[in-house]
Amino acid sequence: MSATPPRRLRACPGGPLLVDGDVELTDEDGTVHRSTRPVTAVCRCGASARAPWCDGSHKLLAARRV
Amino acid sequence: MRLPTPRGPLGHALHALLARAPETDTSPTAPDTLRDALRGADEEDRALSLWVLHELHYRGFDAVDDRWEWHPALAGVRHDLERELEERVRTRFAQAWTGDLPAPADLAETLFTMAETHEGPSLARHVERRATPEQVDDLLRQRSLYHLKEADPTSWVVPRLAAAPKAALVQVQYDEYGAGRADAVHQELFRAGMSEVGLDASYGAFVDEAVLSTLEQNNVLSLFGLHRRLRGAAVGHFAAFEATSSLPSRRLAAGLRRLGYADAMAAYYDEHVEADAVHEQLAAREVCGALVAAEPDLVEDVVMGAWACLDLETRSALALLERWEVAA
Repeated sequence: MSATPPRRLRACPGGPLLVDGDVELTDEDGTVHRSTRPVTAVCRCGASARAPWCDGSHKLLAARRV
Repeated sequence: MRLPTPRGPLGHALHALLARAPETDTSPTAPDTLRDALRGADEEDRALSLWVLHELHYRGFDAVDDRWEWHPALAGVRHDLERELEERVRTRFAQAWTGDLPAPADLAETLFTMAETHEGPSLARHVERRATPEQVDDLLRQRSLYHLKEADPTSWVVPRLAAAPKAALVQVQYDEYGAGRADAVHQELFRAGMSEVGLDASYGAFVDEAVLSTLEQNNVLSLFGLHRRLRGAAVGHFAAFEATSSLPSRRLAAGLRRLGYADAMAAYYDEHVEADAVHEQLAAREVCGALVAAEPDLVEDVVMGAWACLDLETRSALALLERWEVAA
């Protein structure tokens, strides 16, 4: 029997962390968030209005820094 | 779906042919009526006729025999209309693109930069802050042409790709198609939203209202999707589309709520805020990036396809703002 392949996580340069498969994430306040997308993007910039998930806001931060 | 109202001689000649059974026309070339009409057709007539020819590959038309889809009498006209459209898009790109093309490894970042820096008015910003309900209804009717077959033109590309870009593209398409749930298919979410706000949600219902730029947007998507040769352009267009969706979708949802639209319509855009924040990464890095890693010669077509998407969106925004008499 082959082992289940490890869960894939990919960090996007300047962007979110992509996670394959269902995700349950407990944030700092103890709130539990669930995502059942085939792939979920987890916010890494802290600016998302839909935290803990990415909403593309990192692009606005990058634009402001320039 | 019924055939749209023709916008000129080509549409009239084409619809007259489509009203017949294909076996009554065994000629392998287009009848003279169609050839003559093509020469006299203006841009709108040509765009709508190409849209009709492409739709034979999607859902077809009531009272039109499905065998017309691959009939040789139509293939020549479709070929001429597509060649003209492709040349127009490539010429616009050649005039606008003055920089170097990226190395394959830098392509994803180039695509994001293009999407972020492309200049043009934002319809989403207008909807968020100032649009009237009449303008929003008009926008939804124009957009319904694509959203009711959302993701379909890109699905044509799947069998043309090698394993890495194929696996990534299908991951996005699976999400677009509801991850196995019919009621979560994005086309269905839009249809539900249209119904909730009292607009006709049937496929192709508003094609007679479609402005030239709306027809051109849809035709370019089908052109890129239906030709294996243009697979680079198809995935480039796809990446640019996804990369300009998350943030505008948030604005569109806010505008719909400002105007008190039914929640199902705003929810369609809510869904795209999160979904497309994932899709844009997969599209640029894992679809386009993987494609050009294996086929570096396709970099130019990927960039051209992405640019075409952004340019057509700008043209569409300008056309609608002008129609609404709003300063861009």
